[in-house]
Amino acid sequence: MRAFFRVGLLVWIALLGFVPVRAQIAVRGEIVYTMAGSPIRNGVVLIRDGKIERVGQAGSVRIPEGYRVLQARVVTPGLIDAHSVVGLAGIYNVPHDQMQLERSSPIQPELRAIDAYNPQEALVEWVRNLGITTLHTGHGPGALISGQTMLVKTSGRTVEEALVDSVAMVAATLGRTVGQNFSSPGTRSKAVAMLRTELLKAQEYARKRRDPDPTKRPARDLKLEVLADVLEGKIPLLITAQTAPDILAALRLQREFGFRLVLDGAAEVYLVLEEVKQAGVPVILHPTMARTGGEMRNASMETAALLHRAGVPFALQSGYESYVPKTRVVLFEAAIAAANGLPFEAALGAITIQAARILGIDNRVGSLEPGKDADLVLFDGDPFEYTTRVCGVIINGRLVSETCR
Amino acid sequence: MRCSRQVSVLLALVLCATGLRAQDRPHVFRGATIYPVSGPPIENGVLVIHQGKIVAVGPANRVSIPRGAVELDVRGKVIIPGLVDTHSHIGGGDGGDRSATLHPEVRILDAIDPQHDTFWKARAGGITTMNIMPGSGHLMSGQTVYVKPRMARTIQEMLFCQDPLREVCGGMKMANGTNSLGNPPSPGTRAKSAALVRQLFLKAVEYREKIRQAQGDPAKMPARDLQMEALVEILEGKRIVHFHTHRHDDILTAIRLGQEFGFRPVLHHVSEAWKVADEIARARVPCSIIVLDSPGGKHEAVDIRWENGAALEKAGVDVAFHTDDGITDSRLFLRSAALGVRAGMSRQKALEALTLAGARMLGLENRIGSLDPGKDADFVVLSGDPFSVYTHVEQTWIDGRKVFDRANPEHRKYATGGYGVYRGDVYGHDEGEE
Repeated sequence: MRAFFRVGLLVWIALLGFVPVRAQIAVRGEIVYTMAGSPIRNGVVLIRDGKIERVGQAGSVRIPEGYRVLQARVVTPGLIDAHSVVGLAGIYNVPHDQMQLERSSPIQPELRAIDAYNPQEALVEWVRNLGITTLHTGHGPGALISGQTMLVKTSGRTVEEALVDSVAMVAATLGRTVGQNFSSPGTRSKAVAMLRTELLKAQEYARKRRDPDPTKRPARDLKLEVLADVLEGKIPLLITAQTAPDILAALRLQREFGFRLVLDGAAEVYLVLEEVKQAGVPVILHPTMARTGGEMRNASMETAALLHRAGVPFALQSGYESYVPKTRVVLFEAAIAAANGLPFEAALGAITIQAARILGIDNRVGSLEPGKDADLVLFDGDPFEYTTRVCGVIINGRLVSETCR
Repeated sequence: MRCSRQVSVLLALVLCATGLRAQDRPHVFRGATIYPVSGPPIENGVLVIHQGKIVAVGPANRVSIPRGAVELDVRGKVIIPGLVDTHSHIGGGDGGDRSATLHPEVRILDAIDPQHDTFWKARAGGITTMNIMPGSGHLMSGQTVYVKPRMARTIQEMLFCQDPLREVCGGMKMANGTNSLGNPPSPGTRAKSAALVRQLFLKAVEYREKIRQAQGDPAKMPARDLQMEALVEILEGKRIVHFHTHRHDDILTAIRLGQEFGFRPVLHHVSEAWKVADEIARARVPCSIIVLDSPGGKHEAVDIRWENGAALEKAGVDVAFHTDDGITDSRLFLRSAALGVRAGMSRQKALEALTLAGARMLGLENRIGSLDPGKDADFVVLSGDPFSVYTHVEQTWIDGRKVFDRANPEHRKYATGGYGVYRGDVYGHDEGEE
């Protein structure tokens, strides 16, 4: 009996040690950037049952008894990486942990991100500890259509626990990089022709599956039903296009087929800014520190500032890295954008509320407002300063990191 | 027609002469916060340069200003020594090929394009000295070269040495761990890697012995051997080994090889330095480290930590940073040290790690690395604190000449990038450089 008690105690201690704490929490910040109105000096965020309960000035928000109080210089919403491959791409960079690109065929929209995501991947932990609480991740650039993407929180042991949305977008790529991974398309014209052919097939499939007579509907086709969903506006098409001609080709496809387009990468967007603006298409911009090589050779650290001034909705991303470092950190990419002309709050917005809007999850994340998920980051200074550390990360009301990094 | 040509020649001469005279006149930078690195920071400092050298550094009331000096008001700015990048791959150079794994005779200076656009990245980032290295796909990939990113037409104009035919103009790149493993002629295992290197050094020891025994008699000298000559320079301490190494055991192997043959390598990258910091300190081996935004990308970089700088500083090891450009960007070299500070390194050591410590690792500390009278006039004018993300490199000076000026749009574009700024040939990943 006594031994049993001892074991029980040990288990209890182990649970305390390993289960992230989900209690009622009050976070006090010298500055709280809610991203829903002006920043609050001496702000308080109350967290209850995984959701944000109240946000306000210390003077007007009473912290109820029993709440654990955390203190920080700066508090922001949990950061959102608007486009990553982390979780499909792993830290070792060997074939067995690189699941972001299937090279057997250039068009495979049926590939689901949920079937390949590793929530316990070390890179997921790495970005989580630096304040990234939501990832738009999945199949990467490099195929005409590489597969689906999804939205996850960076916590959770299983994909189900992590999931925000199992199908976020379908990922497509225009440009020369596709030709490096497949024998065909070998040219950019052929690539567009192949995409149009596939989308025409999907149009036909979509028409047939709407037939009132169930016997006349086509047999299920995993590939075409996803593309039909794209054509019916249920899933956006994320087109990675870096050069100006490829960006224009993406806009042309969008006009022809009428799908919801999200532009990705867009290194040369400054050459076709008017066209992108008129199309009303949001942009998930390349990492600010992207190497000036290949199709991103013309990337500029000032493009984010330009998009902001032009009023084009945009978010920032960590993108895809093939070698070292294996992933970028979107917080750092926003910092360099802020150092190159993007106003501070716009830079913070590009990794919080703006990203949430483009990804269609601003009802849940991206700002500190009552009812939203309790995802917060606690900093010991200006979030963008190199020497500022992330000293606390809260996801769904759980404190998942409390070591300063 | 002839007349106008004469006029233009005359004009060119006049312009040329005034240009020369301008550089001949002392320049005084007044009012900045100066970090000499060799001493404490100076508020409201004055820096005087003349004929490519530093003449004086000090507080405003202590420095005497030479007559006829050009005065530059840099109040509110920060001046630091030109940055020393101990490990870079810019300039479009290469190294050994696939015919062997040991290429001590190969010189990267034969392959660098001095007009390569990537040198603008260095200038825009405040880098005034760099060690340009061949890759790590070999145990010994070739001879490195120490250069300044001057506005040069020829590699000769960038070198530290005067005569590449007679002098040692760089170090030797070596590597262990996984990058240099492969199919023959590459080694397949770590033990074989070490054995191949030891065999080559044994041969060099014999070669050196034959030279000694010849006692200057040309008839008794061994036949010239480009490989052996370079290795003898290492054995005699004239050529520094720059040793790419990541994992803790590989780090100790590099040290062991150096101890066996009497050289002290500079360790590069040193991802797992934090695991063997005391051993590195005991061997009195300096470390040039890299800072990455995330660990991994390959097995041996999985355990890399931002705390490496702090751990080595604490253990008393001489630490420098490097860009390994294209792994990290020369334009953002200050950022590497700032992340080191974030992870516990002192500001003072972090700044030294960008400048004077790097100079020591290249054996150039008598010429560069700190702002001291007599040293080369290599320095950077910053808009603010060296470790702030919001700080920009405003000017980069090499040998008393301004080689980057953010106020000039033709220069500024190299700091930000944009259409047609860079040709896009970044040093390739498949060459296994990091």
